[in-house]
Amino acid sequence: MKNRRSLLAVPYVGWMALFVIAPILIMVVYSFTTAAFDPTLANYTGMGTYTSIFLRSFQLALIATAICLLVGYPLAYVMAKEGPGFQRTATVLIMLPMWVNFLLRTYAWMAILENNGLLNQLFDLIGLFDLINGLFGTDIEFFRMIRTQGAVVLGMVYNYLPFMVLPIYSVIIKLDHSLLEAARDLGADTAGVFRRVILPLSLPGVLSGVTMVFVPSVSTFAISQLLGGGTHMLLGNLIELQFLGGAYNPHLGSAIAMVMMVIVIICMWIMNRFGEGEEQAVVL
Amino acid sequence: MRKSRRIGSRFFMGLVFLFLYAPILLMIVFSFNAGNSNVVWQGFSLRWYEELFQDRTILQSLYTTLLVSVLATAVATVAGTFAAVGFYSMRRRTRSVLMNVNNIPMMNADIVTGVSLCLLFVAVFGLWNEFAANYRITLNLFGSLYRITFPELSLGFGTMLIAHITFNIPYVILSVGPKLRQMDNNLVDAARDLGCTWMGAFFKVILPEIKPGIVSGALIAFTMSVDDFVISYFTAGSSVSTLAMEIYSMARRRVSPEINAVSTLLFVVVLVLLVVVNLREARAEKAAARRGA
Amino acid sequence: MKKVLALTLALAMVMTLALSGCSVEKVDGSGDGSFVSADGSTPSGSGAQTTGNRVVNVCSWGEYLDMSLIEEFEAQTGITVNYKTTDSNETLYSLLENGGSDFDVVVPSDYMISQLIEEDWLQPLDYSKIPNFEKIADRFKNLSYDPENLYTVPYTWGTLGIIYNTTMVDEPITSWETMFSDAYAGNVILIDNPRDAIGMALYYLGYSVNTTDEAQIREAAALVSDAWSSGVYQGKTMDGIFQIMEGGNAAIGTYYAGDYLTMLENNPDLAYVIPEEGSNWFVDAMCILKDAKNVDEAHEWINFIASTDANLRNMDYIWYASPNEEALEMYPAWYEEQYGEPLDPELYEIMAAPQEVLDRCEAYLVLPQEIRTLYNDLWIELGT
Repeated sequence: MKNRRSLLAVPYVGWMALFVIAPILIMVVYSFTTAAFDPTLANYTGMGTYTSIFLRSFQLALIATAICLLVGYPLAYVMAKEGPGFQRTATVLIMLPMWVNFLLRTYAWMAILENNGLLNQLFDLIGLFDLINGLFGTDIEFFRMIRTQGAVVLGMVYNYLPFMVLPIYSVIIKLDHSLLEAARDLGADTAGVFRRVILPLSLPGVLSGVTMVFVPSVSTFAISQLLGGGTHMLLGNLIELQFLGGAYNPHLGSAIAMVMMVIVIICMWIMNRFGEGEEQAVVL
Repeated sequence: MRKSRRIGSRFFMGLVFLFLYAPILLMIVFSFNAGNSNVVWQGFSLRWYEELFQDRTILQSLYTTLLVSVLATAVATVAGTFAAVGFYSMRRRTRSVLMNVNNIPMMNADIVTGVSLCLLFVAVFGLWNEFAANYRITLNLFGSLYRITFPELSLGFGTMLIAHITFNIPYVILSVGPKLRQMDNNLVDAARDLGCTWMGAFFKVILPEIKPGIVSGALIAFTMSVDDFVISYFTAGSSVSTLAMEIYSMARRRVSPEINAVSTLLFVVVLVLLVVVNLREARAEKAAARRGA
Repeated sequence: MKKVLALTLALAMVMTLALSGCSVEKVDGSGDGSFVSADGSTPSGSGAQTTGNRVVNVCSWGEYLDMSLIEEFEAQTGITVNYKTTDSNETLYSLLENGGSDFDVVVPSDYMISQLIEEDWLQPLDYSKIPNFEKIADRFKNLSYDPENLYTVPYTWGTLGIIYNTTMVDEPITSWETMFSDAYAGNVILIDNPRDAIGMALYYLGYSVNTTDEAQIREAAALVSDAWSSGVYQGKTMDGIFQIMEGGNAAIGTYYAGDYLTMLENNPDLAYVIPEEGSNWFVDAMCILKDAKNVDEAHEWINFIASTDANLRNMDYIWYASPNEEALEMYPAWYEEQYGEPLDPELYEIMAAPQEVLDRCEAYLVLPQEIRTLYNDLWIELGT
């Protein structure tokens, strides 16, 4: 019977073969050929030049994911404690900002974070700069927030936070309350209940969330262009440059994308192993 | 003690929502700007709203956006839910292989997905059109002869829809998956033992259990569709365009404040809908509670 | 389960019977009259193009056309315009290269036009169908990207220059040197595209912006890269420049004249200068793709857009100068009539740079593939 149910996935597996695997195969062909479609390895052998870009992209994505988790988990948790009406509203409110186009929101962030932007004007208004200048004898007129790596991380967190909150939230609200009560009856305090019961049980949601935040963060390009001011190139920019840049080299672009994908797959694989193990531990 | 914690958690929520909505508020304010800047305020005006309603391109692209997003979300939600249920009935090894394939569209840079889908469509359509130009079906239907020529295919709304469905399904599966993992499989067995068909068990037992996952998956899918531009760009051909595509191609010069206006309208409409739906449901729940008592 | 199987079988049998005459045949040209076409119309040969709606597919930049012109054209001719936009020459090229488009008319910039001509993407125009081509000023004809003027009708032209905030600099800027010196360190915005960014260093060093001498290009790139590492630049951006300059968040940036005029509306402190070493001047021109399906309609569209009236309205809407001699001369008077106030002659000169300024400037030519790759590589090095 269980096998019968797995037939439900057949249409999608066919779909994947057509629209996921086939395009990937095209990319693989591109990545191993030259512009004249002669076989070559050159696209891969030169990859070492971009090591620092790879490192930086993964590092920033990791930081953004960690912050999303630190903010998103408590948010999902307190949301799940609210009444059903509030919950419904909150769920949609979390996603709603994303229905406003990404570029518009990012422009708005620029206006907020600029040297002469809203936030700095606010600081000026409350006398923060006077205070600091008085205390430390410095002469600052604004905080440099835009066009830094911090702004890039902020952009990632802002854009992908909902993807962390929703899966965790949908797992937490379905937790079996009798389990929590049992734990409490057995003498666990609130922290203990959270650590021993809630956290392990909500792990599947966390794993989904981490995937959905980390993966798009690695390959983003517009965020680093606008909020990062192009000061530090990320993988997304590098790939975009190959497909939409003056040199137009989709073959190299495909190769970089392939390498990026393989690394991401390995990361996900390690994480999921860790997750599956946890799941078993919980069952035991 | 309890109350203070509640206030604390509400405060935390408020902060996060402030973070999420600050840029949107700014955008709404500047949609009423008399000037065309996003940073310099030149006085209140409804100018951009007036211009918006005369701008055929933007309205048309808004319509395209909503249509493709709704259709793609509907298809992706149904297909993704079925697929997730199927995946979670498989042996773990098969499942993890399929899940990894499933994750590929998410892992790939958008531009790579867009270009590779474009290459695929163009290649397939090229072969098909070659065939269509040279062959046709003749049909002997109860004595009369019909001739059907194959239609010529090109990139357009259909291919864009396929692309959107393709990048949406993984998000649905990722949202539904955790709920399935969390579900007690004995429930399904119990339902079967009590005489449910397997389809019946699916609708009566599994579906209610995973509903929150489906809802959030659909929400994410819709959002991804509305926001996407690169993939649409490469799969939409020359005759259709979405709002996001319009916005991005304006970026070389400047994004017209009409876009602020249309986004504000969209935002407000959704917000009002949300409030109405919530009030209704709250009222219904109250009524139900009263009846129950 | 058995029932389902039986039903399927029965259905299949009925289908086979009904469709017994079904076959796939090869089209041999003309069909004979005994056939009834499935859609009821008389059969026609392969690739039947129905004579219904006339369409033209146009691709240009976003916010680069007064949209009311489209409606006027549609009302006049009954041709539907599918107007699609991209954000750069490179995106357009990528769309063409991947087959992701079936445009009839495209409006690339000069260097991209010569690349498209070189790679055989364009078809020669039938200028007898474009009488308005006469009105294009002679100085915009037979330019280096299309020396015999077989493929193009110019759409707009303009210059690249330094935009600066007069309240944030000590004295007027005149040279590209400002872009590389410490004088305004941390207050300069670099343009985010390799050709323009390395180009301004080439002007500064006195080289041609179209040089294919690798050493010169590397020298120029080193200049940018040194300035980069010593903190001259606040960042690099293209479209972000509007917000940055309008909000007074940086003192100096590089962008196009037409866009400077848009920024000026929001920040009167901004000034524009074409540095003494010279700069880039560009032409965007309309072309028809080789495999365009609606060639007649495309010609009609080009002719309509090249008219004096369309050029006046377009110029007013996008602030980029028109190549139409008549429109260019009439514009100040037309502006006064429209807005009831005279056009500032200084602004007019910035939009439509006088010939002596253009003489200092150089248009981009297409570079050979290996030089384009070099530009790209140097640009990536800058970001690592």
